[in-house]
Amino acid sequence: MVQVRFIQHDGTENVVEGNEGDSVMQTARDNMVPGIIGDCGGNCSCATCHGYVDADWLAKLEPVGENEEIMLDGVMNQEKNSRLTCQIKLKRELNGLVIRLPISQV
Amino acid sequence: MSKPTVVIIGAGQAGLQVVASLREAKFEGRLVLVGDEVHAPYQRPPLSKGYLLGDTTTAQVTLRPAQFFAQHNIELITGKHAIAIDRSRRLAAFEDDSVIEYDHLVLATGARNRALQVPGAELGNVFYLRSLDEAIALKERMVAGKNAVVIGAGFIGLEFAASAAKHGLNVTVLDVAERPMARAVSKTMSDIFQREHEKMGVTLCFKSQVMHLLGEQGNVRAVETVDGRVLPADLVVVGIGVIPNVQLAATCDLPVEDGILVDELMLTSDPNISAIGDVAAHVNDFAHGHRVRLESVQNAMDQARCVAARIVGKPAAYQAVPWFWSNQGSLALQMTGLRMSECEEVVRGDPAGTSVSVFSFHEGKLAYVESLNRAADHMLSRRLLSGRVALTPQQAGDISFELKSLLTPAR
Repeated sequence: MVQVRFIQHDGTENVVEGNEGDSVMQTARDNMVPGIIGDCGGNCSCATCHGYVDADWLAKLEPVGENEEIMLDGVMNQEKNSRLTCQIKLKRELNGLVIRLPISQV
Repeated sequence: MSKPTVVIIGAGQAGLQVVASLREAKFEGRLVLVGDEVHAPYQRPPLSKGYLLGDTTTAQVTLRPAQFFAQHNIELITGKHAIAIDRSRRLAAFEDDSVIEYDHLVLATGARNRALQVPGAELGNVFYLRSLDEAIALKERMVAGKNAVVIGAGFIGLEFAASAAKHGLNVTVLDVAERPMARAVSKTMSDIFQREHEKMGVTLCFKSQVMHLLGEQGNVRAVETVDGRVLPADLVVVGIGVIPNVQLAATCDLPVEDGILVDELMLTSDPNISAIGDVAAHVNDFAHGHRVRLESVQNAMDQARCVAARIVGKPAAYQAVPWFWSNQGSLALQMTGLRMSECEEVVRGDPAGTSVSVFSFHEGKLAYVESLNRAADHMLSRRLLSGRVALTPQQAGDISFELKSLLTPAR
């Protein structure tokens, strides 16, 4: 299992565990972490699983894909460390990953 | 009634989202989610795309892991077919002679495939593509070099066509309409898709009606059209739309037309019964107050949330902006709003390429936007529509105009 720490915009935290290979979005959804919607089910079509990845972790992620990049252009409150969490697959090296959530997904 | 029982019939995306949203909202009553398929709730969109190509597994289309239901005290019952509702006693009755008592019942019964009604339609290797079992059966028959004939150039037919062509099958698509996705998208977008499908090696035949399917030893061998063409077929995929599953509602005298009639809170005429998702005929703001039935993930999810909010005492009328997507090979089409007739259409981007949006204005107001490989246009259009933000046709058509500049980020 891989631990992920979600920090809501208001500072509240949810620490949950997901399976290797699952996406961060799935892990949030399976554990009912608020603040991530993920309606399209990880098909990179809705951009409602937007999160910010802390700098220390960013380097350990696969780079932003082409689809993800054009989706991210459409999110509000986009920052340099914005990612779509459906595109981040959990792996052992990501144990402890910190994801900060935007004020709103829509 | 401090801890009521909510029973949901239909364990698709809509049904699942009701129980998930209720538990998220700390609903403490009993939750029973009953589906007639044997599978736990799964997502259908990948079935015509990644699933057929082996890029997406059954585990990946499953919407929640098995332990989710136990963890959140949700009774998931699969393979159980509802046959009647006793509204006066608030009982749902099932084919296995069991009954479940409810305080509130949610009908999320979805839709079923419209069946091809021509001689030969019952032959082997004639497939539909809605359920996981149908996708599994079809995937087995997708062998490179085989001839596939697709009946219906709508989303499902074209998604399958793109997947099959990528897999090395020879694909021909037939439709009685004049252009691909004729009822769903603009002519500009249809023309782009026709051109791009041809580039993928798909043959498209329009104004083409199937007369019958010809068989050999019980399996389809060819498709003959009314104008006399005979197309060899090792397999046929039929995608000619769906029919809402209203029988259960109709047998207990709830008002139904093309769908179960619901109000803006997704309630039927019985205050103890809601209907949501593909089966719900609701009045939609984006259809200028007309009653519509939408077959989409967005509609399923947002109507489920609307019902859950109402059950926990926070009723709010359903007002979500409709949005849809269809991935066909490398073509990622996203749509938002609802397409109306008599619209002014403005193209953003170069229709000779594959990065194009078409903005439709009805009586001067933005009504509907379709975006091909322009996800940012789609996302921003959803916000423009939901916020009723004014966009002019000139701004829409000017690719240097930043749509984002019309929107204020939340703080």
